[in-house]
Amino acid sequence: MIGYIIRRVLYAIPILIGVNLLTFALFFFVNSPDDMARLHLGVKRVTPEAIVKWKEDRGYNKPLLYNAANAGADKLTDTIFFRHSVKLFAFDFGRSDQGRDIGYDIYQRMWPSLAIALPVFLVGILVHITFSMLLAFFRGTYLDTAGVVLCVIMMSISALFYVILGQYLVSMLLRLVPISGYDVGMEAVKFLILPVIVGVVGGVGASTRLYRTFFLEEIGKDYVRTARAKGLSELRVLFRHVLKNAMIPILTGVVVVIPLLFTGSLILESFFAVPGLGSYTIDAIHSQDFAIVRAMVFLGSVLYIAGLILTDITYTLVDPRVRLE
Amino acid sequence: MPFQLVFLLTDVLIYVLLAALIAFGLYTAHHEHLRVPWRQVARRPMAMASLVILLVYVAVGLMDSVHYRPLLEGQNRGEAVYSNEVLSLLDKATKPLRARAEKTYSAPFAMQAYSMETAEYPDGRHVREYPRLLHGGAHVQEAGERVGDIMLRVGAATLAGFGIWLLIVASFLLFWRRHAESWMLTIRRLVRGEGDFPRRTVLVTVGVLIVLTANAAYLSLYYHIFGTDQVGQDVFHKSLKSVRTGLVIGTLTTLVMLPFAALFGIMAGYFRGWVDDVIQYVYTTLSSIPGVLLIAAAILSLQVYVANHAELFDSATARADIRLLILCLILGVTSWTSLCRLLRGETLKLREVDYIQAARALGASHVAVMARHILPNVMHIILITVVLDFSGLVLAEAVLSYVGVGVDPTMDSWGNMIVSARLEMAREPLVWWSLASAFVFMFGLVLAANLFSDAVRDAFDPRLRK
Repeated sequence: MIGYIIRRVLYAIPILIGVNLLTFALFFFVNSPDDMARLHLGVKRVTPEAIVKWKEDRGYNKPLLYNAANAGADKLTDTIFFRHSVKLFAFDFGRSDQGRDIGYDIYQRMWPSLAIALPVFLVGILVHITFSMLLAFFRGTYLDTAGVVLCVIMMSISALFYVILGQYLVSMLLRLVPISGYDVGMEAVKFLILPVIVGVVGGVGASTRLYRTFFLEEIGKDYVRTARAKGLSELRVLFRHVLKNAMIPILTGVVVVIPLLFTGSLILESFFAVPGLGSYTIDAIHSQDFAIVRAMVFLGSVLYIAGLILTDITYTLVDPRVRLE
Repeated sequence: MPFQLVFLLTDVLIYVLLAALIAFGLYTAHHEHLRVPWRQVARRPMAMASLVILLVYVAVGLMDSVHYRPLLEGQNRGEAVYSNEVLSLLDKATKPLRARAEKTYSAPFAMQAYSMETAEYPDGRHVREYPRLLHGGAHVQEAGERVGDIMLRVGAATLAGFGIWLLIVASFLLFWRRHAESWMLTIRRLVRGEGDFPRRTVLVTVGVLIVLTANAAYLSLYYHIFGTDQVGQDVFHKSLKSVRTGLVIGTLTTLVMLPFAALFGIMAGYFRGWVDDVIQYVYTTLSSIPGVLLIAAAILSLQVYVANHAELFDSATARADIRLLILCLILGVTSWTSLCRLLRGETLKLREVDYIQAARALGASHVAVMARHILPNVMHIILITVVLDFSGLVLAEAVLSYVGVGVDPTMDSWGNMIVSARLEMAREPLVWWSLASAFVFMFGLVLAANLFSDAVRDAFDPRLRK
């Protein structure tokens, strides 16, 4: 098991190198640093001196891959590639194009992100499993059909509508909670209720429908018939036998997103003005801050790969039939 | 010529897609084993009703995909001069809607503007009032007559639509009537829903759509039926123009990713060894970058490129079009990995099957085995993925536009309408019609696509086939 995990972590390294090279190519080969400077300083009226200064301030004035002007190892290290891409491996994100320390910002902002993403994740799983079990219990009845139709309708609605309508109904009409904002400590709760509800409701359609098929698949199996044959009630069969087995695909499916909870939700955070990593990313995109986007791409990939490894470990934990070699 | 045809890049790809669809349809029609699952789809009333709705969207989208530049009148000095403005057939059909712009917001069916203005009367008085709209309800004299006028026009349009529908039903009956069968019997067979195919459902759906279209077409000549936006443009017209954007993103994305996914997925599963390793490495790397961030990175790079190479794009339409195409490409890059993985797994299983082994033993080349034996046997996976992905891509457009990496902000799209609606919802009084209009149009397309793709999946997935 330990050996397997170590091998998986080692296997992640070439993938991260690939991600790194790809983003580097995307940001520095498609456009030169001069182009970036011109965009930031305004395309039309820009002096060559201003471009040189802009690049110097951000360390973009070095050669891309190979610095012939230096001696020894500096030939490779005193380059844009080493300073802006290789250092990401040490989680040294450097400074944003506005001059802020990205690593510090990320550390500050991941807690508000987590404060929204974690409740959405946990409450979401609970709600989705409850609903899908309910539908599975009433399978073949009108309630089941109506539930599935409702699921399809709900998944046909854009996530943005849920947010806009939620804000309008709950905050503007009923005035139950503030429209948006964030606070530290227990004060944050009143700001978090609405985004969490919206996040959970937005995901109900797709997840409930998917989980329902997991339950139905298990219900059709032989051991369920055996359980019924020995006289167990339908509820008992559902909770003691079916639930446990249906949890395997559900758990292994959701584990992959756990590390990504740190990066938060783009839409929820920006609509509700939560100072998390999601709104950080959106702000960076809007202000065209390439350094932050690059850092977030790398961070997102690291967390996603961590999620994949976690998924494989969960497989062995919840399903004894799976052996990792 | 009174016009000059313009072929935008996405237009050309749409034509290619259309040709491919027609070829696929003809091929299917000539092969019995391929027709069977489609017949199963055709038996589901819900799927066929959805198909009718989808076809209406496709018709609007196709009309909006034939672009031209009109001839400028009055300034030809011997040679033809064409306008810089690129128009489409849809623009031509909805010219009255485009031409009748107001000053700013106005509610659906309103005849007065949304905000008060100070009007100066000839006798020198200054009065704060809601000014009359330039076009919306301009034919109505008194405010009290408005509701009656709307009712009258709804009635007329509904009657006309119903009449057209009856003609369609009659011509269908003419075609469906058995030899020497009484008309009453044919009608009764239809009403009872006899036969394998849901003819009744389809005809009712067609009827509802015709009545709705007749109402929309007639009423929008006199009112702004979905109101107007901040700069006074008709929201109904904007929603119609957005149809093409949604369809392009939903279809072209899969079109550009399909060849890669199919080729790489089948090669990885078939050759195994180092080919498999390389392909797996590529798709794991691509899929480990969170999709939105990869799209953001690519679109940001594109923005810089376009800003620095403005001379390459001769019109704003072309600039918006290239961005739409790049968006499709990037969305394709982020979404081909899952299909590639599925195809690899299926090919791994297939290559051990007897008929593949036999083909190899008889001396068929690798290319022939992959193209003639493996590809047809994974076609159902490709088809299911394509139809299931469609609705997700249409929804993704809205989110991406909100994040700021979607289609060009000047392009009509439901995403852009929703983004602007965010500020409108904070106004007092509320401006809800842009949001409502985008919602109705988007919901109609996505729901129909979801229902149709469910039927396709049920018919093609061998695990679900009974």
